[in-house]
Amino acid sequence: MYEVRFHGRGGQGAVTAASMLAAALLEEGKYAVSIPSFGFERRGAPVVSFLRCSDREIRQLTNIYTPDCLICVDPTLARTVDIFGGLKPGGTLVQATHKPLAEVVLADTVGVVGLCDAIGIALEVFKRPITNTLMLGAFAKTTGIVSLAALQRSLEDSDFRDAGLKQNMVALERGYNETTVYTIERRVAA
Amino acid sequence: MTTATLETPAQAKPAKQKVILCEGNEAAALGVALARPDMVAVYPITPQSSLVEHVAKLIADGKMDADIVDAEGEHSVLSVLQGGALAGARTYTATCGPGLAFMFEPYFRTSGMRLPIVMSIVTRDGITPQSVWGGHQDAMTVREVGWVQVYCETVQEVLDTTIMAFKIAEHHDVMLPVNVCLDGNYLSYGTSRVELPDQAEVDAFMGVKDVNWHVALDPHRPMAVDPLTGGSGGKGPSTFVRYRKGQCRGMQNSLRVIEEVHEEWAQRFGRSFAPLVEEYRLDGADYAIMTLGSMTGAAKDAIDEARDAGRRVGLIKIKTFSPFPVEALMKSLGKVQAVGVVDRSVGFRWNCGPMYQETMGVLYRLGRHVPSMSFIGGLAGADITVGHFHRVIEATEKLLSAPAPIEPVWLNEKD
Repeated sequence: MYEVRFHGRGGQGAVTAASMLAAALLEEGKYAVSIPSFGFERRGAPVVSFLRCSDREIRQLTNIYTPDCLICVDPTLARTVDIFGGLKPGGTLVQATHKPLAEVVLADTVGVVGLCDAIGIALEVFKRPITNTLMLGAFAKTTGIVSLAALQRSLEDSDFRDAGLKQNMVALERGYNETTVYTIERRVAA
Repeated sequence: MTTATLETPAQAKPAKQKVILCEGNEAAALGVALARPDMVAVYPITPQSSLVEHVAKLIADGKMDADIVDAEGEHSVLSVLQGGALAGARTYTATCGPGLAFMFEPYFRTSGMRLPIVMSIVTRDGITPQSVWGGHQDAMTVREVGWVQVYCETVQEVLDTTIMAFKIAEHHDVMLPVNVCLDGNYLSYGTSRVELPDQAEVDAFMGVKDVNWHVALDPHRPMAVDPLTGGSGGKGPSTFVRYRKGQCRGMQNSLRVIEEVHEEWAQRFGRSFAPLVEEYRLDGADYAIMTLGSMTGAAKDAIDEARDAGRRVGLIKIKTFSPFPVEALMKSLGKVQAVGVVDRSVGFRWNCGPMYQETMGVLYRLGRHVPSMSFIGGLAGADITVGHFHRVIEATEKLLSAPAPIEPVWLNEKD
């Protein structure tokens, strides 16, 4: 079982992203379940969504408390919300940011980091800061859990059409290509 | 396979099943479309809204040939459908929580008139304190009104059961309305892989529609519908008893019909769901936990872990809650020495969960003392995790050697 928690703000598509990732994993013959957080979602307010994937059928329909990976589609969120709660030691952070690694908020549990200037790219592609498809590309690059090709196929099967589909395909590919992956070396306690 | 009741039948799975990814509400809508109702009436309410939006879209896109009535409220929704059902239409709606409360007067009338309307309840907790989240309180509140009520565990089961519900409701030995209950939030919005049955196969499964043979708005055979009866004189009392006994007989008949329809579904589509009561790893168990609805997945994972750790525990899941499957549950409870019952709603009168209260009645009929206790969790959108179920398992195991607590355990009290 591999568990992912998405962090974003209302309107950035974190919930849709979890669902699109589930579709891509399904393309690859895996089982996937995504669950949105429930509440009075408002544009700009912090939201989370969850995704589980496995080679076997997934039975538990619950939130995720100890994720293997965090995907944070918003660059400012980590300053206001503890996005790292429960992250498994050595876990992965896929973060939208234009900052270098040294300036990114991290927790001790983070072992792998994928950084992507998703806002900058989104403003070029969409003229709006919609980062979700970009960050799916970044996730694929960082973890290899899903292939870029499967994500592309799931986008083609989604509700996106025409210009919207084209833009999202570009965003996905740029997210994949323009993500830098770092492994965090930690001093082993004596 | 560890579950005796879930053997896949020998028949090969039909080839024409498309695999898609969807949420529980969309699965319900797709099931409705495949069952080909003539008429739906809707009023949206959280967490049901996306269900009726999907239905409306299927109709607007020409993928579903049904009249849709956008009524001004839930009371009208069900009243409109009663007219449709009396005129011979296959009818459907969905609601929850305050919408179900507003619908209560025609809701009561539907079962008395023996109208086989199918209605999803995307279950939601009771309001006050303010809450828009899932819980079984709404469906539990109306469990004594003569509707058949079944609860689903997975998104696939939502889709399949929604179709089966029409066949159960319209069976001539039943002729009762059916609620397909799916947990608001976790199941309504949870997205997973489902197999979409082929339309022609579903058509063959449903057979020829015959829903208004017993009571009908038909100018060619005029009849009085829903007569004034009862009172203490003349034929009133006996007529009223005949109506009520008929309803009760229909409810009892439904237990058999639900089993038959599930069996036929398994034969045709290759997917088996326990129709009344599911046993999971119950053989060889000293004690059991009982669940209802989508919490069951996490419970099964917890049971597997507990079994691996040497605990002799099994699981009993109720699918059909109304009518309560007394005989089937007696068989399952007969295998264990103690039981812990997990409810996602509150029984205010007995200070326990409603399913626990029903289970105590069944335990009495067993004729031997089986220690039991009530757990209440997952209220108003709260989560019931594998960790919570480990607490349930540990507390239930203690019943084998210590007195049972009278007070319920509130699983999310310290979350």
